[in-house]
Amino acid sequence: MSAIEISGLSKDYKLGFWRQRPWRALHRLSLNVERGEVFGFLGPNGAGKTTTIKILMGLIFPTEGAATILGHPVGQPETFRKVGFLPEQPYFYDYLTAEELLDYFARFFPSTALERRRRREAALERVGLAEFRCLPLRKFSKGMLQRVGIAQAIFHEPEVVVLDEPMSGLDPVGRRQVRDLIVQLKAEGKTVFFSTHILSDAEALCDRVAILNRGELVGVGQIAELLKPQSGYEAVLECSATELLPKLESLAAKPVLASGGQYRVEVLEQNLRPLLAQCQGDGVRLISLNPVRFSLEDYFVEILRQPDPRAGHRPPFSAL
Amino acid sequence: MIVSQTMAIVLNTFREAVRDRVLYNLVAFALILIASASLFGEISIGIQKTILINVGLSSISVFGLFIAIFLGIGLVHKEMDKRSLYALLSKPIHRWQFVVGKFLGLIFTLLVNAAFMSVGLWAALYYLTRQFVSQDQYIWAAIYFILLQLSLVTAVCLFFSSFSTPVLAAVFTFLIFIIGNFSADIRAFGELTEALILKAATTFLYYLLPHFDDFNIAAWVANGRPVAARLILLNTLYTACYGMALVVASALIFSRKDLK
Repeated sequence: MSAIEISGLSKDYKLGFWRQRPWRALHRLSLNVERGEVFGFLGPNGAGKTTTIKILMGLIFPTEGAATILGHPVGQPETFRKVGFLPEQPYFYDYLTAEELLDYFARFFPSTALERRRRREAALERVGLAEFRCLPLRKFSKGMLQRVGIAQAIFHEPEVVVLDEPMSGLDPVGRRQVRDLIVQLKAEGKTVFFSTHILSDAEALCDRVAILNRGELVGVGQIAELLKPQSGYEAVLECSATELLPKLESLAAKPVLASGGQYRVEVLEQNLRPLLAQCQGDGVRLISLNPVRFSLEDYFVEILRQPDPRAGHRPPFSAL
Repeated sequence: MIVSQTMAIVLNTFREAVRDRVLYNLVAFALILIASASLFGEISIGIQKTILINVGLSSISVFGLFIAIFLGIGLVHKEMDKRSLYALLSKPIHRWQFVVGKFLGLIFTLLVNAAFMSVGLWAALYYLTRQFVSQDQYIWAAIYFILLQLSLVTAVCLFFSSFSTPVLAAVFTFLIFIIGNFSADIRAFGELTEALILKAATTFLYYLLPHFDDFNIAAWVANGRPVAARLILLNTLYTACYGMALVVASALIFSRKDLK
């Protein structure tokens, strides 16, 4: 049994006030997250990451499809006994102290007063907030609130931890702490499912990633596997004629760097032949040609450049 | 477990209200008004006590109404707007527990506020008369009716805030409170009219809207008149049934709501 199973999940929102029209935020998403793995859920803003996570947490209801966590259908209270969740940009009751907040949430789980105390102290210790336990949350910085959010997600020792943009709002030290925490959770055998658009975090932490774009799954697997078809070449050309630049830009995977009559072009493998064909022209000289491995960021940018297959059926992301 | 979980929400709602400074201002203002009622009485020789009881009970009712609407409109919406609900609803609780817990939490807050203001009223009454007489016991019935009325207002507020904006919920609740205070007049109007449609409409409205006027006995007890046990029982049952129906409806609406 997988930790998280998502099967054909779609979500439509209604847009407009008088004449409401549907807007598909998520389209037939299917994926499995295995137990004990750190799974990154990647995609640009508006890709559908938070929509998916909200469905998993029972905060919104899918238009079609289903999902389970540890074999239990999402949206049922029993499912959440072994699940911890950090919402994106969390807000907590600012009239409570960190200690009171954790005690409040702990009351929703079967535990004694002694156990509640032990758990909240351990969680605050773990996120580095033990000395601020009695400070009202209204006096907390954004980064401290994020850490309180993580504490409330892990204090009950869940088997599955879902984190929506856990690095958001954190300074470099805070980000490092969260990364270390995710590594620790994995070492303890927990499943961590987190969304991010900070790709270096995903590359450093994840066993597998899923990439979502415009509400659709465009790739899932180990990062190395995903990037394999994205290998390419870096060519340096010398040319006096400026009319070559638009042709090179149409083939390049990244912006072309031009300097003193030389052009540095990075192309995907499938564009190598057309590039070499350009070099046959008069006044064009190929200086060097080297294989390159594209980063996850390059892969991302490439995905974003691809046309939307459902364009015309949906408004732009900014509409929501 | 369900009871202890819901109680945690009740207590947290109460704690939120207690830590809200606006609440203290309202209670302080109401207490000052009650204390000053004895001064109003001095300009109306012989009816100081009547005026004190009237002003005191009205203060408990009006300020309770402010608190019920002011806090009631934010019960659900505030948590949705600030997204504090996201972390809460990812704990092993049902959504209806959240709605019921918030409702009971506000009722408890209103109860504590009414208790404070009642102490003020009784203190002012003792200061004025230097004794209590047996008719004074009916002041408790009036305070109890105010609490029933405020419970209904909270339920109405909760119902509207489960699907509309806070401003609309406040406006709707206030309008229903005003109309509900004239429910007997609506019925009387229906009985007078010859038009069948109008008669049916007024009868429908009479049964649909909460009968807030049934709880207004301040003037009655201020004049030392007794309150029948039957009225207390009927008002209690009415509030329980009407309030429960609204809370169940709110919970059903909220259980199907997408938290965007």
